[in-house]
Amino acid sequence: MVPESNETGKGLAEQLPPLTRHEAAVEADRCLFCYDAPCTHACPTHIDIPGFIKKIATRNLKGSAATIFASNLLGATCARVCPVQELCEGACVLGSEHKPISIGRLQRFAMDFARQTGNYPVVKAAPTGKRFAVVGAGPAGLSCAGELAKLGHAVTIFEKRDLPGGLSTYGIIALREPVDVALDEARMIEGMGVEIKTGIDFGTDVTLEDLQQEFNSVVLSVGLGRTPSLGIDGEEVIVDGLEFIEASKAGEDTLSVGRNVIVIGAGNTAVDCATIAVRLGAERVTMVYRRTDREMTCYEHEYDFARREGIEFRFLSQPSRVLLENRQPVGLECLRVELGSLDASGRPAPVPVQGSAFVLEADQIVKAVGQNKPALAKLLGLATQKGFIAVDENFQTSTSGVFAIGDCIRSRGAASTVMAVQDGKLAAAAIDRQFAQQTELVVSSTEVK
Amino acid sequence: MADLRINFVGIKSPNPFWLASAPPTNSGAQIHRAFEAGWGGAVWKTIGAPVLNVSNRYGAWHFGRQRMLAINNVELISDRPIETNLREIAEVKRAWPDRAVIVSAMVESKPDAWRDIVRKIEDTGADGIELNYGCPHGMSERGMGSAIGQVPEYCEQITRWVMEAASIPVIMKLTPNITDIALPARAGVAAGANALSLINTINSIVGVDLDTLELTPSIAGKGGHGGYAGPAVKPIALNMLAALGTDEVVASSGLPISGMGGIATWQDAAHFLLLGASSLQVCTAVMHYGYRIIEDLCDGLSNWMDEKGFATIKEVCGQSLHCVSEFKGLDLSYRSVARIDTDKCIQCNLCYVACNDTAHQCIDLVSPQGELVAPGAYDIRSNGKHEAVDTRPQPVVREEDCVGCRLCYNVCPVDDCIAMTELPSGREAVTWSELSHQKTEITEDWEAMEKYREQVGIHIH
Repeated sequence: MVPESNETGKGLAEQLPPLTRHEAAVEADRCLFCYDAPCTHACPTHIDIPGFIKKIATRNLKGSAATIFASNLLGATCARVCPVQELCEGACVLGSEHKPISIGRLQRFAMDFARQTGNYPVVKAAPTGKRFAVVGAGPAGLSCAGELAKLGHAVTIFEKRDLPGGLSTYGIIALREPVDVALDEARMIEGMGVEIKTGIDFGTDVTLEDLQQEFNSVVLSVGLGRTPSLGIDGEEVIVDGLEFIEASKAGEDTLSVGRNVIVIGAGNTAVDCATIAVRLGAERVTMVYRRTDREMTCYEHEYDFARREGIEFRFLSQPSRVLLENRQPVGLECLRVELGSLDASGRPAPVPVQGSAFVLEADQIVKAVGQNKPALAKLLGLATQKGFIAVDENFQTSTSGVFAIGDCIRSRGAASTVMAVQDGKLAAAAIDRQFAQQTELVVSSTEVK
Repeated sequence: MADLRINFVGIKSPNPFWLASAPPTNSGAQIHRAFEAGWGGAVWKTIGAPVLNVSNRYGAWHFGRQRMLAINNVELISDRPIETNLREIAEVKRAWPDRAVIVSAMVESKPDAWRDIVRKIEDTGADGIELNYGCPHGMSERGMGSAIGQVPEYCEQITRWVMEAASIPVIMKLTPNITDIALPARAGVAAGANALSLINTINSIVGVDLDTLELTPSIAGKGGHGGYAGPAVKPIALNMLAALGTDEVVASSGLPISGMGGIATWQDAAHFLLLGASSLQVCTAVMHYGYRIIEDLCDGLSNWMDEKGFATIKEVCGQSLHCVSEFKGLDLSYRSVARIDTDKCIQCNLCYVACNDTAHQCIDLVSPQGELVAPGAYDIRSNGKHEAVDTRPQPVVREEDCVGCRLCYNVCPVDDCIAMTELPSGREAVTWSELSHQKTEITEDWEAMEKYREQVGIHIH
């Protein structure tokens, strides 16, 4: 389903090839095996990185995979989508003078081995008789479900979409993570005894009350909403960024890419959208952002990547109107922006300059300006914090026995897959403590078969 | 430009580097190429009794990415007919009069056999003879090689036979597979050998194949000890070289020593020269990289000699021998402590774990705020490169508790980051030899020892 190539031959096939055995061995041997390593601290799931790398060096790949799974059940996804420059690799002690260890790619090497050989975690714990419901089969939900299953609990995940995996399946461009990797990861969690029910819309097909009655606790990992409205004329022809990515991954022939594409926004999703456009044949791709490169939320390595892809940037430009001909976009009118004093996000507020309107030509406009806060919180009567579901240190919401994890609670810091995985792990431990009162906060040993 | 020429008991060569008796010196064609590359000499692969070789004869010890830190072999002496070897030796010597051509020999332990081989070698015009008393496999089972080298009386007897027959210099090569290397060396002195060489290869088994459970390498399902050589054996060779240089009988005999065992770089070469070798032999490094390594061996050695003001190889020889001491001659009052250069430290904290788990627990982890912290003391929700790097603790040596063991210095992956710094101990220099002579009681009685420590201010933490 994934478009493999376009006329430039680049396509959306996974960008980095897997390391060969030799490459992995050379890289693993380069690791100093730091004690109490900074890479492990920087990893939100605190994978024993020197430990799994040492095991690659000694060719104990089964053990290497088990070391990763012990801290992070979604190691295969994280190996591909983590902003490693900001996390483990960014903290590598070899970074200052030499090249940091390619931790992400080594993790992928071990995870690919596990996937190819079926060396997945097996549940050793005796059944506890406790039953938990998880709403949403994204990274947070899968992680939480898997960790609960590891402890012997029975877990059912209710997923709205047809496929599990959440953003890993639908929202990460195939260039970074092929769909199969995300789906195999969900299958791995199923293999641990977790039941995943897809196509179940929470709120209509099943309600919170239903779940509260049937299960000991409910975990919400519902993610965020759709892309917010820009409130400009002609917005109805603007393509939603997440839908654009989704179509590129699983939409078969549903994705049509324009010749002259504008992407509104400068975050991770915006870069992904622009990348898709340029890779699938757009002649010109421009990212339009109302602030400057200093304030944009995509990572520096993504910015570098985008520029290498030939993507252009128009900063200090605020879209004001879509120009239409025959109900098709022909251009985006923008106002020039000056930066004012700091706003609520801690960044300089963009102030449009009156009378500065200018037009950028475009036959396709995509918006990727973040996601709406989870609407569910209000519907369920849960307390919120800055619009996100509010939770205590045990990930419990204002309703006892209802927990929430992942992007839907991310009122502080950047939403990311690996943070969601860690939420799932910590919440599972907290939930287990409530019922068993014997689990360590960090689950340290994972056996694989 | 330093003068690299040597005159080793009359054997002259333009530089001190000879190819050791081994596969690199198996044929005339090879040695022609080696001399073209610049080798100063070659010890022809041992000629002697008829043999048959096996396949999979070389094993190797690899570590990490470094291939062949050592090689292990069950190859025998030359398996080419002796007449072929003798003819090629003569041709090579005629073509390369300025290079050293030495012939290694090994025959049955009979006077006639040795006299015969000596005569044949001398007829080629070769510059010298090396007696192979070291081959530890195959030949030793037939009563040759290390079967001789391990028994000083045999070494002496055979060398006497050779010396009676030989008119060219004779070098007696020693096996390291012996408890005290000085004993066969003294036998060589007694028998009148012109020079010694060491070390031959060390008995070894490199490993087991974890799939087949057969030895590595497997020779039709079997294997056995083979001769071990290469960079990994150098420290053993240096110790044996120094042992001869400090042995009264051997040192006072003035017998020159041709040193070998793991020489791969000019630095290795300098180590051997400084500990008393006056010619050098190389094998494994050449088997790994080819004859071309001679260029840097000579160039690097020459540059180093220029830098240190050594004009000739002779001036370098044995310069470090006076530093060789037994433990009892070491200064017990000398004190050094480890100091970590915080500007260079990359906070891998390998020194911390090495000291804490296996040495003397005198390195602390100190937070950027200056507080002592335990490893892994960060909050489980802390993450990201900035938090990890900004809160990373720094290893700091508690100098008052540091015994100067030097383990941290050895594990540190950063050049010149940890320095062993001499500190005044406040005690007069004293060796164990002196102290145990003055205070016999402290060698036998812990209480007396404790009292002495108290008296001079030695505190063991």
